[in-house]
Amino acid sequence: MERTIYFKNSPKIIGVCSIGGPKECAGTLGDKIEIKLNDDTFGEKTFEQAESKMLYAVIKNAIKNADKTEKDIDCIIAGDLLNQIISATFAARNFSSGYLGAYNACATFTESMLLGGALIDGGYLNNVVCATSSHFSSAERQYRYPLELGSTRPPQAQWTVTGAGATVLSKSGGGVKITGGTIGKVVDFGVTDVNNMGAAMAPAAADTLYTHFKNTGTSPNDYDIIVTGDLGALGSRLVKDILWEKGYDMNKNHVDCGELIYNVAEKEYQGGSGAGCSSLVFCSYFYEKLLKKEYKKMLFMATGALLSSVSSGQGESIPAIAHAVVIES
Amino acid sequence: MKTSKDCVNQNYLDFVAEISPKTNEKRSLLRAFWVGGFICSIGQGLRYFFQEVVGLTGDELASYVSIVLIFLGSLLTGLGVYDRIGKYAGGGSIVPITGFANSVVSPAMEFKTEGYIYGTAAKMFTVAGPIIVFGVSASVLVGLIYFVIYRIF
Amino acid sequence: MDILLMFLKVFAVGGAICTVAQLLINYTKLTSGKILVIFLLSGAVLQAFGLYQYIVDFGGSGATVPISGFGYLLSKGAMEGAKESLFKAITGGITAAGGGIASAIVFGYIFAVLFKSKSKKN
Repeated sequence: MERTIYFKNSPKIIGVCSIGGPKECAGTLGDKIEIKLNDDTFGEKTFEQAESKMLYAVIKNAIKNADKTEKDIDCIIAGDLLNQIISATFAARNFSSGYLGAYNACATFTESMLLGGALIDGGYLNNVVCATSSHFSSAERQYRYPLELGSTRPPQAQWTVTGAGATVLSKSGGGVKITGGTIGKVVDFGVTDVNNMGAAMAPAAADTLYTHFKNTGTSPNDYDIIVTGDLGALGSRLVKDILWEKGYDMNKNHVDCGELIYNVAEKEYQGGSGAGCSSLVFCSYFYEKLLKKEYKKMLFMATGALLSSVSSGQGESIPAIAHAVVIES
Repeated sequence: MKTSKDCVNQNYLDFVAEISPKTNEKRSLLRAFWVGGFICSIGQGLRYFFQEVVGLTGDELASYVSIVLIFLGSLLTGLGVYDRIGKYAGGGSIVPITGFANSVVSPAMEFKTEGYIYGTAAKMFTVAGPIIVFGVSASVLVGLIYFVIYRIF
Repeated sequence: MDILLMFLKVFAVGGAICTVAQLLINYTKLTSGKILVIFLLSGAVLQAFGLYQYIVDFGGSGATVPISGFGYLLSKGAMEGAKESLFKAITGGITAAGGGIASAIVFGYIFAVLFKSKSKKN
C-alpha cells in the first residue's frame, strides 16, 4: 500500500491569509494573525454565518495576497466542522471558481492541500485555494452543549479555535512548495470520551507519521520542524510515546498548533482544536517562517477526530485520521 | 464489518487513563459544597421572607420559593452568568433548581436562530426534557402504587 | 439564634447534596442532564418510602432547593392525592410541582426570547 505521494512539479504556496477571534488574537500568535476580530460574530446574526464569513474573508484575501484575481482561481477546496460543511459551501457561494467540499474533521486542511497539490502537480489545474475554518460557538453547539449551559469542562478537554486560514497553491511562483505527503488512514483505538480528542487522534497521528518516515526513509531529524494540528498537550505526549516505541524520537522538533495557539495561562486545558486551528496557525506563523527560510523543511500534519453527535450518542468510539504534507522552502 | 468494540485497544486506553489530567478533587468538592450550600441558603432566606412578610404557608410557600429561584436561574442564564458559575462550581450549581432553570433556558436561547417555534420552543427541553418525563412518570407511578395500597389496607 | 442554626443546617445539607453530585461528575463521566435525572429520581424514590421527609425536616431548603427536592415534591403530592381518589393519585404530583414546571417554561421562554447566547472566552 503506497500512501506516500511525491510531487514532481512541487506546487507552490504563493499566498496565505489568516483570521482569528478575540481569544486567538490574545494568544501567543496574536500579532501574526492577519485579520483580527474584536467580535466573534463578525457582524453577523448567527455564529454559523460568522464562520462562513471568516472563511470568505480569508479566501478573498489569500487570493489578493497571492497577486491573483478570482478569475485565476480554478478551484476552491474547503471544509469545516459543521453539518454538511455549510460554512465552506456558503463561503464558496460568493466565488465564481470551482468548489470541492472536503471533510476530514480537523484534518481537512492538509487533506485539501494534498488534493489541491495533486490536481496542480498532475497538470490539471493552475491555481487552487485550500481553506478551512472552525468557530468555537458553532462547534460547541453541534458537538457538545448550549453555550449558556452551566456544565464543567473536564481538564482533558480542548477549546475549538475561532478562526480560519486559506492558502493559494499554484503551478508556478514563490519559494515555498509542497513536495509530497502521506495520506492518512482511519485509525480507532476505542476511545469514547468526546472530551478527550487528543487521545482519540494520537494513534492515527502516530500511524501516519510512522508510515511517512518508513516510506520516505527519513527520520524526525530530517525535518526542521514537525507540526501537528490539534492534538493538544495530552495527545502530543501520546504520539511521541507511541513513536518512541517504534524507534522514532521527535521530542526535539515537534510542535502542536493546538498547544501553540493559546497562552500558557490556559494550561488547565489541553489547548486549541478545530479545523481552523491548523490552518490559522500555518497561515499566520509557519508560512512566514518558511518564507524567511528559518524553516527549510517542515512536516505538517493536521489531525482529525471523525465523530458526529449521532455516532457518539449511539455509543460508538471515535475514529481518527491524520494527513501529512512536506513543505519546503 | 468492524464494530467499535473490535477497535478497543485496552493497553492504550489504560495508558490514556493513567496519564490524563485529573480534576482537582478537593477543590472541586469544596466549590460544589459552598456554592450549593449558598444557593440553598438563598432559598431558605426567601422562605423566611414569604413566611414572615407575605404570610404564606405550606405548599404555596414552597412553590413561591421555587418560582423565585427559577426566575433567578433563568435571568442569570440570560445574562450569560450562570455558565460561569457552573464552570466554577460544577455540581454546586447543576443540582439546585436554578440549574434546572439553566438547562431549560440555555438550549432555548441557543436555538433561537432557528425560529421561535421550532427553535426556542422545541429545543427548550433538549436537556431538561428527561427531568420532566421521569419526574412526572415517577410521580404517577408512586400515586398509583399508593392508591392501590390505600385501597387494599 | 434558631434562624442562624437553621441556615447552618440548610447550608450543610444543600452543600452535601451538591458535593455528592460533584463526586458523581468526578468519578463517572455523567453529563449534567443525567445527574439531574438521577437526583430527581432519588428524591422521588426516597420520598416514596417516606424517607426524604426526614431530610427536609432537618435541612429545610437545603433539601428542597436541590432537584431531589423537586422529586420529593412530586412523590409527596402523588401520595397525598392517592388518599383521595384515583384521579388525584395521578395528578397530585404534577399539581404539587406545577408552580415549578410552569415557571420554568414561562420564564425560560421569555428569557430565551429576550437574551442571546454570549460569546465565550474561557
